Amino acid sequence: MIQFLLLVMGLSFSRVEEVNLRQLQSRILATSDTTYVVNFWATWCRPCIEELPAFEALSRKYSKEPVVVILVSLDQPQDRLTKVEPFIRRRGYTESCIVLLNEPKPHLWIDKVDSSWSGSIPATLFIRGNRRLFGEFQFSETQLDSTFQSFREGRQ
Amino acid sequence: MRLGLTRLSVAQFFLAILVVGQIASASDDGVSLGSVAPDFKLRNIDGKMVELADFKDQKGAIIVFTCNHCPYSIKYEDRIIALNTQFASKGYPVIAINPNDPVKVPEDSFENMKVRAREKKFMFPYLVDESQEVAKAYGATRTPHVFVVSNTKEGWRVHYIGAIDDNASSADAVESFFVRDAVNSVLDGKVPTTSFTKAIGCTIKWKNK
Repeated sequence: MIQFLLLVMGLSFSRVEEVNLRQLQSRILATSDTTYVVNFWATWCRPCIEELPAFEALSRKYSKEPVVVILVSLDQPQDRLTKVEPFIRRRGYTESCIVLLNEPKPHLWIDKVDSSWSGSIPATLFIRGNRRLFGEFQFSETQLDSTFQSFREGRQ
Repeated sequence: MRLGLTRLSVAQFFLAILVVGQIASASDDGVSLGSVAPDFKLRNIDGKMVELADFKDQKGAIIVFTCNHCPYSIKYEDRIIALNTQFASKGYPVIAINPNDPVKVPEDSFENMKVRAREKKFMFPYLVDESQEVAKAYGATRTPHVFVVSNTKEGWRVHYIGAIDDNASSADAVESFFVRDAVNSVLDGKVPTTSFTKAIGCTIKWKNK
């Protein structure tokens, strides 16, 4: 019963939505002037959690502009409420959109994100209209902001 | 995302790498399927140096870039041991290589490799790629990352690059046993049905330049 209540509470206050690749793709509108910054991470990935504050800061900095930061957790679906959700609350992230990608068989979908992706994380995809930039980067806050700006302005 | 978007040009991508400065070794580098993999000489946990040439009496080898700390490597540890159990007697022993910078990840230090190998009773070499040159030469980008090679007159020919199987989180739920099937194919003198796969994994922890 308690577990059930916790589950219901967890679902009702959940910050981390579970999505599949199609649902994730539908969040990204190629026709708009919005710039999307999609970061692939996981709670178990040290370099990922080191760079997450940079993404939250980017999201905050451009909160008044058409900029959407999506943090895509590649944790196991069963860890969503027990690991990912508590992690996000502890970090106090409120600006970025956070989802957990529930897609089994990575070898079948990694290429759909980007054919140059080896599968290692962190990895980040910038999208605006029909332009895109993908890389297995690990950003500092300054690097992320400058890469974002030059991408948005079409310089890369 | 496949959104009908045009791909970034190669030039733009490399410009991006220059701008950002920090990126895992490009996946274009390293060995390719059908090519000959370079030999290496690395220190094993027993202190002795091990090279591919030491395996000249074998039919081939299952080279696994892995480490202590990565959750994916840990999930696959028993499956790596099982691959060695299954294939060492058939001429395809496992050779594990840890390429991570222990300054970045102390759990992956040489001392901790010895501890892990003892705890898990590794029956195969667990080598340290201290300079990270072997991982770079092979084009390994993540852990675990597997290269199946056969012993030919021309050298160690690459037959498979990629993941161990299609389900990291649960060995019971695996549907495609990539490495097992690839080795069996090569043993039968056939080309593996699947010879290249991608997988989520921990980035190799490269040393700061």
